[in-house]
Amino acid sequence: MAEHSFKNSQLNALVLMRLFIGWHFLYEGTLKLFNSNWTSKAYLLSAEGFMKPFFVWLGSDSMINMVDMLNIICLLLVGLTLLLGYLERTGAIAGIILLLLYYLAHPAFPGMVQVGTEGSYWIINKNLIEAAALLVIYQIPTANHFGLARLFKPASVETITSN
Amino acid sequence: MSENKIFGKWSRRDMLKGIAGIPIIGAISWAGAAKAVGQKKERESILSSLNINASPPPPTGPMSGDPIRVGIIGFGGRGQHLVRNLGYATNRWMSAMKESAAKNPRDTRLKDFREQENLNVKLTAVCDVFDINAQQALDSFNSDTNSIQRFRTHTEMYESGTIDAVIIATPDHWHGPMSIDALNAGIHVYVEKPMTHNIAETYALKEAALNSNAVFVLGHQHRQTQSFFTAQDVIKQKVLGHVSLVEVNTNRNDDNGAWQYNIHEKASPSTIDWDLFLGNAPKVPFNKEHFFRWRKWWAYGSGLSGDLMTHDYDRVNCVLKMGIPQSVMSSGGIYTHRDGRNVPDVMQINMEFPEFSTGSSQQEGKEKGMTLVYSATLGNQFNRPSILMGHDATMELGNRLTIYADPQSTRYEKMLKERRMNPAVPIYQYDPAVEGTDAVTSATSKYFADKGLLWTYRDGKRVDSAFLHLREWLSCIRNGGKLSCGIQEGFEEAITAHMGGLSYKLGKRIDWDAEKQEIVPVPGYDLDEVLLADVEKLA
Repeated sequence: MAEHSFKNSQLNALVLMRLFIGWHFLYEGTLKLFNSNWTSKAYLLSAEGFMKPFFVWLGSDSMINMVDMLNIICLLLVGLTLLLGYLERTGAIAGIILLLLYYLAHPAFPGMVQVGTEGSYWIINKNLIEAAALLVIYQIPTANHFGLARLFKPASVETITSN
Repeated sequence: MSENKIFGKWSRRDMLKGIAGIPIIGAISWAGAAKAVGQKKERESILSSLNINASPPPPTGPMSGDPIRVGIIGFGGRGQHLVRNLGYATNRWMSAMKESAAKNPRDTRLKDFREQENLNVKLTAVCDVFDINAQQALDSFNSDTNSIQRFRTHTEMYESGTIDAVIIATPDHWHGPMSIDALNAGIHVYVEKPMTHNIAETYALKEAALNSNAVFVLGHQHRQTQSFFTAQDVIKQKVLGHVSLVEVNTNRNDDNGAWQYNIHEKASPSTIDWDLFLGNAPKVPFNKEHFFRWRKWWAYGSGLSGDLMTHDYDRVNCVLKMGIPQSVMSSGGIYTHRDGRNVPDVMQINMEFPEFSTGSSQQEGKEKGMTLVYSATLGNQFNRPSILMGHDATMELGNRLTIYADPQSTRYEKMLKERRMNPAVPIYQYDPAVEGTDAVTSATSKYFADKGLLWTYRDGKRVDSAFLHLREWLSCIRNGGKLSCGIQEGFEEAITAHMGGLSYKLGKRIDWDAEKQEIVPVPGYDLDEVLLADVEKLA
C-alpha cells in the first residue's frame, strides 16, 4: 500500500492542519453558543450572488432560529471530530458544506462587496481555502495516527501507516 | 509485551496520540465560553449603567364609535399619501401597485395597504384647485360604502356640514388661513408642515387652536418614530452628557429632491383655478411651473428653512425639547439650481440656545448652551447623519440609534481607562427593524427613510409613521389624550423656520425675545413682508 504510506513528518503536518481547522471551528461554535445575542441574520440578509434568494429565505423570521442553531451544532461537531480524531471524514464533509454556504452567501466574485474581510481576494478567499484543506483531510484521514480512532481501529486494518 | 499495554490493548504511545485532542478541546471551549460570557457581562453592565428604555409608546386609543367624516384639501402627492393612510387609495395607485407587485414580489406596498388597520373614517369631501386631482378623488372614493363631494373653496367645504375633520396638504401659503378657519368652525385639523407661511398667522393660528375645542395637529409624523422615543430616554438618562452641538443635514441631489416636480400635461387655465391657488400670494399671470413647483418660490413655499429644516428642527425638538432658539443666523444661496427659483438651494442655519443644557457630568456651571446647525444642499446626496455631540458621548439619530462614548468623557472615564469601553465601538445601538431589506423606491425616499421620516417599526413590523400620526390625531378626537405634535410644538417649529428665512434674507442675526414671546423687530423692516419677498428686492 505504497500510496497510503506517509512519512511520520508528513502525517504530523496533516495532523497539525486538522487540529488547527478543528480549533477554528470549535472556537467559533463555542463563542456563538455562549453569546445569546449572536445571529447570522445580517450575514444572510445581506447575501449576494445567484443564491441570494435562498439565503434571504434562511434569514427570514420563520427560519432564522433553526438556521442559527444548526450552524452552531455543525461548527461544534466539525471542531470536535477534527480535534478528537474521530469520524473526522464526516466532520470534514460537514465543514466543507458549511464553508461553501458561507462562501456562496458572500462569494468573492469581482464586483461584489466583501464585508468584514481583511486582505484582497479574487474568486478564491479564505473560506474556500479552508474548504480545500478540509478536502485534503477527507482524502487523507489521520485519526488512526493521532486521535481517538487510533484506540478503536481494528488491529488488522491500517489505511494509513507511517513507515 | 502485554505488560506494557494499557487494558491489555493500547501502548502509552497509543493513549497519548489517541486522546491528546481532548485537553485541546477543553482549552478552546473554556476560552470561547469565557470570552463570550465575559463580553456579554460587560455589555450587560454597560447597558444597565446606561439604563436606556427602548420600549415602544403605548398604542393610541380605540377607533370605535361613529365614523369620523374627513375632508381633504390639496389632493396632490402628499394629500393622496395621507388619505391612503386613512384607507383610501386612488384607483390609479391601486393599479400601479398591482403592476409593481406583479413585477417585484418584494414590493409589499399593496399588501401592506390591504392589511392596514381600519381607522373607521369616511372621506366625504375634497378640495383641489386642479380639476384632474379632484376628479381622481371623486372617481376613486364614490362607492357603496363612501360618498365624497367636491367643493371649490375650503370655506364652502367647512360650511357644508359634511365633515368633522380636515387634512390640509396644500402649498404653505394656505396652511395658516385654512387651519384657522377650520378651528373657528370647530373642525379638527391635521395640517402639513411648515405650520404657517408668515409670523402674523403663526400667532393667529395659535390663538385659534387654544380657543377651539377641535383637535389640531401638525404633520410631523416622525414624532411617531420608534427610535425617537428611545432617544428621548437617552437624553433623560444623561447618556450623552452636556450636548453642545447638534448637526442635522439635508443632502439631496435629484430633481424630485430639488422640487422639480412633474408638470401635468392637462394643466391649463381651464383645469386650474389660478386665482384660488394664488390666494394671498402676489397676483401673477397663470404659470404652470409656479403651480406644480410652488416650493421654489417664497410666495407659496418656504424653501429649505420651511420645507426641510422644519423636519430636522422638530426631530431634535422632539428629542431635546429645547424650544425656540434665542438667535438664528443663516447663510446660503442659489448655487445648484439657477432655474428662476427664488428660494436658496444651499443653506446653513445656526440656531443658538445659550441657556439650554441636557445635564452635565462635570463640575457645576462649567457647561451650558448649545448650537443646532442645520446644513443643506440640493446638489449632493452624501449621507451626513444627524449627530448629537455631548461631552460624554455622541449619538447618531435616525431610524437607528448609535451611541459612541467620547474618549474624554467624564462619566465613562473609568470604563474607558479600564478598556471596558472603546470609543470606536458603539456603547449602544438600537435598530427596531427586524427585516433589513426594505424596498426604498427613490433617492428622495431613501433620504426621508434614513431620517426616520417615512416609516417606523412597531413590534418589529414596518409601519408608515404618517399612519401612526393620523391614528393618534383620530384617537385624540375620539378618546381625548395628548398629541405628540400639537399647537405649541407647531408654534416653535414655525417661529424657528421663519427666523431662519428672515436671517437668510436680511443677512442679519434674528433674535427671539422669550419673555415677550416675539421675534425682536428689525428696524426698518416689516418682517412678514421680508419673509415673502425676493432677496434681490431687499438688497
